[in-house]
Amino acid sequence: MTMQPALRIEGLWKSFGELDVLQGIDLEVAEHEVIALIGASGSGKSTLLRCINLLEPIDEGRIFIEGEEITAKGVNVDRIRRRVGIVFQSFNLFPHMRVLDNVTLGPRSVLTPPPAAAAPDAMRLLERFGLAEKANQLPDRLSGGQQQRVAIVRALAMQPDLLLLDEVTSALDPELVAEVLNVVRELAANGMTMLIATHEMGFARDIANRVCFLDAGRILEEGPPAQIFAEPREARTRQFLNRIIEAGRL
Amino acid sequence: MTDGAGDTARGAARPSRPARGPRFGLGAEGARSLSIAAVSTVVVFGLIGLVVVNAPGWPVFQQAFLNGPIFWESLPKVIGRFWVNVQMFLVAEVLILIFGLLLAVLRSLPGPVFFPVRLIATLYVDIFRALPGILVVFMLGLGIPALRLPGVPKDEFFWAVIVLTLLYSAYVSEVFRAGINSIHPSQAMAARSLGLTMTQSMRYVVVPQAVRRVVPPLLNDFIGLQKDTVLVSFIGVVEIFRETQILQAARFNFTPYLATALVFLAVTIPMARFTDWLIARDARKGGSGRRSASVSNALSRGGQAAP
Repeated sequence: MTMQPALRIEGLWKSFGELDVLQGIDLEVAEHEVIALIGASGSGKSTLLRCINLLEPIDEGRIFIEGEEITAKGVNVDRIRRRVGIVFQSFNLFPHMRVLDNVTLGPRSVLTPPPAAAAPDAMRLLERFGLAEKANQLPDRLSGGQQQRVAIVRALAMQPDLLLLDEVTSALDPELVAEVLNVVRELAANGMTMLIATHEMGFARDIANRVCFLDAGRILEEGPPAQIFAEPREARTRQFLNRIIEAGRL
Repeated sequence: MTDGAGDTARGAARPSRPARGPRFGLGAEGARSLSIAAVSTVVVFGLIGLVVVNAPGWPVFQQAFLNGPIFWESLPKVIGRFWVNVQMFLVAEVLILIFGLLLAVLRSLPGPVFFPVRLIATLYVDIFRALPGILVVFMLGLGIPALRLPGVPKDEFFWAVIVLTLLYSAYVSEVFRAGINSIHPSQAMAARSLGLTMTQSMRYVVVPQAVRRVVPPLLNDFIGLQKDTVLVSFIGVVEIFRETQILQAARFNFTPYLATALVFLAVTIPMARFTDWLIARDARKGGSGRRSASVSNALSRGGQAAP
């Protein structure tokens, strides 16, 4: 059996009206690999992640998950989304449900037959990330960091093959960033395949196997973090990183 | 296909009354304002009273509208008949909630496939909101039974409930739709990202939140419904208003109307106060509650249900 890449993207184009947000993205992600997507706001990081989750219809190109083309006609998008988890910048927890119900909603309503152990499984996940005592609370009783951890647990409850993190710390107060990043570190250590759009360059350098610099809808440069951060080849990458350094974020 | 209600609801965020402020414009200045208010109230109402009592027709008016014995005789009778209105109201309310929510969900279905569904639902809502209630009562309440379709009941009560349901579902569906539109799209997106189908995301995520937000404006519409149950007296249901007319005709005296008016005040004002209290409470709670208040305010400004 040949090892299929966890994710393969070929010539992905996406535009919103006149604006070409993604202009020919090619990317291959191996299983257990962690990819950091860096780049200025508007460079297409979020759109790329949403396209992979099929939350945005794409204009051109193909996306494969473990060899299966998910952008083919007639593919059941709901079935694909079960295999690809996504966590959003603004958490997007369901405010009318307890934390536990937020986590079990996916497995309960999507998996057939609904797993009898959805609740115990969810509790184990919450426990693993230090959220067990919040299980019966409503999301608005939690801090931003806790809410984002719940959102990650909610995505994990579907046991996805691939996890997409869309600037998961950008909406957090600075002192809450670490607890969320630690969760992501733990996931990486356990071999979760991840695509992480982030502005936390130090974190990207620590955790990523590979860093992709997005500029104007293209992957302008990619490579191991040591190379990208220390000796970027492209002028645009250098410019971007210099601005980050000026802002004291690297 | 997008029209005012939802957009207004999303845009407007200002409660009409400050959540925790002076209730009748009294407050900080305390006793002084209170005494000024008391004096001016007495003066205004005193003047109105004087004008009325000194009107040339006052004695006749008093005899025709404020007849004590007739009042005490009619009050228990109209209250007895009010039970018919309460029954109509209760049955219709349940049906309206179901049908109104269904219409709202149908109108919120995205995508070109559902265009005909949206079109039908939109036409329905437009038509029933555009027609005066009394016209609908006459045309449906008298018209459909006149067709004498086999298997269709002729019972007036049945048709009264149907007509009220058809009429008010159009208003209530707009309330629900404003609620659905007020739920940020990121909620549906989060649900879909877990693999929930569109129906599941509506059912478990969007609609439950929307319904919570629109409870106060829904109550507003039900206050309107409570009053409009009298419309079906015109298709022969003997309810409180019909009873009042009968009493009036028997004695050739209008005092029974006063009794009926008091019955409605007694029922409707507490409900209106309760609705206001709910809105104020939501506004105080802030967060998601504030949006609820903005929905209800947008609705009570724009589309107050008074067919």
